[in-house]
Amino acid sequence: MTNLTRDAVSLGAKAPVMPPDLIVQIPAGVPAKEMTMAEAIREALAEEMERDPRVFLLGEDIGKHGGAFGVTRTLFDRFGAERVRNTPISENTIIGAATGAALVGMRPVAEIMFVDFSGLAMDQIANQAAKLRLMTGGQAKVPWVLRMPQGGGAGKSTAAQHSQSLEVWYAHIPGLKVALPSTPYDAKGLMKTAIRDDNPVIFLEHKLLYSFRGLVPEQDYSLPFGKCDIKRLGSDVTIIASGYMVWHAMLAARTLEQEGISVEVVDVRTVSPLDEETIGASVRKTGRALVVAEACRSYGPTGEWAMVVMEQAFDYLKAPIRRLAGRFSPVPFADSLENGMWPDTEDVIAAARDLMQY
Amino acid sequence: MTTLSNDLKLEMYRRMVRIREFELTAMDVFKRGLIKGTVHPYIGEEASGVGVCMALRSDDLIAGTHRSHGHNIAKGADPARMMAEIFGKEAGYCRGRGGSMHITAFETGSLGALAVVGSGLPIAVGAALGFLMQGKDSVAVPFTGDGGTSTGNFHEALNMAAIWKLPVVFVVENNKYAVSTYYRDAVSIEDLSARAAGYGIPGVRVDGFDVLKVYAAAGEAVERARSGGGPTLLVTECYRIEGHYAGEPEVYRDRAEVNEQRQYDPIRRFAAVLTQDGTATAEQLEAIHQEIQAEMSAAVEFAQNAPMPDPSTALDYIYA
Repeated sequence: MTNLTRDAVSLGAKAPVMPPDLIVQIPAGVPAKEMTMAEAIREALAEEMERDPRVFLLGEDIGKHGGAFGVTRTLFDRFGAERVRNTPISENTIIGAATGAALVGMRPVAEIMFVDFSGLAMDQIANQAAKLRLMTGGQAKVPWVLRMPQGGGAGKSTAAQHSQSLEVWYAHIPGLKVALPSTPYDAKGLMKTAIRDDNPVIFLEHKLLYSFRGLVPEQDYSLPFGKCDIKRLGSDVTIIASGYMVWHAMLAARTLEQEGISVEVVDVRTVSPLDEETIGASVRKTGRALVVAEACRSYGPTGEWAMVVMEQAFDYLKAPIRRLAGRFSPVPFADSLENGMWPDTEDVIAAARDLMQY
Repeated sequence: MTTLSNDLKLEMYRRMVRIREFELTAMDVFKRGLIKGTVHPYIGEEASGVGVCMALRSDDLIAGTHRSHGHNIAKGADPARMMAEIFGKEAGYCRGRGGSMHITAFETGSLGALAVVGSGLPIAVGAALGFLMQGKDSVAVPFTGDGGTSTGNFHEALNMAAIWKLPVVFVVENNKYAVSTYYRDAVSIEDLSARAAGYGIPGVRVDGFDVLKVYAAAGEAVERARSGGGPTLLVTECYRIEGHYAGEPEVYRDRAEVNEQRQYDPIRRFAAVLTQDGTATAEQLEAIHQEIQAEMSAAVEFAQNAPMPDPSTALDYIYA
């Protein structure tokens, strides 16, 4: 794991850099600090651990090592081995233990090193934690957060078992909530809400975004689940996206604006519960919908979002819904094959131009 | 054993009889079509659940399985609310949302009844970790069967509890069959408690038909867990007298084998102990049986008359 970890981090530094001013979330004058998404998540964890002694972390190599992507780095020294708890390589029991601790009143934040490894914990996530509340008729509550890096992207080259985007595995399970932030501001605010939520929350962190920088308010804040965030207002085309794809959408929107095409970007930053209202309202306004996700095309998030558009805004559509999604394939290693695996800015621009032909 | 009070021994007996009668009643109402779903009878294993659970405090939490009617009763749950649960009624412990396999009574100290084999073990590990971090001296006690010892849950959970010296007593009820598979066809050792050695924790094997022996062994393991001595693997040797579920055809074993095991009936055996040591007369024990049978009739009546969950509440209890 050590070599891979080092590679992943160093490759992360070479990730394509998006213009940081693409997404502006903090009004001028609000006291704020610039930080990376990894730092924003770390700050949320540390503040919640300071605030609430029931919050603790557990996962593989999250201690001194700081986790595969360094997110928990420094927390071990600050909070000690009791509350930043290194575990054996036992994904299923990491989650089972989080559930048991949550049942007796703790608020664990677990980490699985890559979302790809979460299959090993699927029984504890999908069969136990997600269902305990209903199965016990409301006696149980399971307030945990499961942090998992996910996603691939140009230059990462971590191949088939370290590159997937699996938000729909979890969004499909009643009883779970799923967050997929696209900015440091969103990551910190959603993490705070996730830790304070009384339900099991899957918190997916796109690896390419860890090094992205953005402003985070100095004052305490939290962001709601079940609400999409409109990252950019527009009138001609609605792009519905989440995670890293939000950045492609925003960059595309900048180019399209120069062509006179006004793009609205709806960031599905909590995949579940899904804010159908905001998606519907946006498409009713623009009349055109482009759904973009890194996850595989078949049965992926784009299908769900497109159906929401049908249910909420069919009468307002001026064009068929278009979708861009990851290729339906395990992620191959070679650049020549990995390139084209996921939608990029050019794909978004082309699809939006097509939509404007109607 | 002589140090145990008569009241305690009679309560053990009462709970064993309550389990037996609950299971006979559950099988009966199932065969009569009064309840749907499935029932996994605990008959033959009563001494195991009662011996373990009566060695616990109410703030010690058990994690049950698909076959946990017995564990609930042993921990002190109300059979009427359990019966209402298997009838799918709002008055059930889980408001009819769980059914037979998920009966969970938080009020008597439970983490849940988890019907995926072995899945309660990691959850108990986490509860024990929580106790430790909260400075409590409670103990977590997950149950599983011989089949559960072959799961990844078992290995991961015992290992994690061992490295962190967590207050867990892992109870393996070796009832000899994982559905149809005899345990020696799934495990290459005869004594399942030997597996403890691989985790550096004590492994204890006890006659699971003898409630007093189970109680003593569980008490020792619980005391060790409570006082910071870490986890124990406790294997109770018992036998699943009924099929895997009520009405299961049992094509994989001879009736002669089952009939031989019936001779070790833990209730009859304990009755002999109690009459011989002067704890109770045969008449007094018979009175317990009568009392419990009346309790079961009342439980069925309660369950039958209780209202179903209101369909308008179908989306309740999914999220907190």
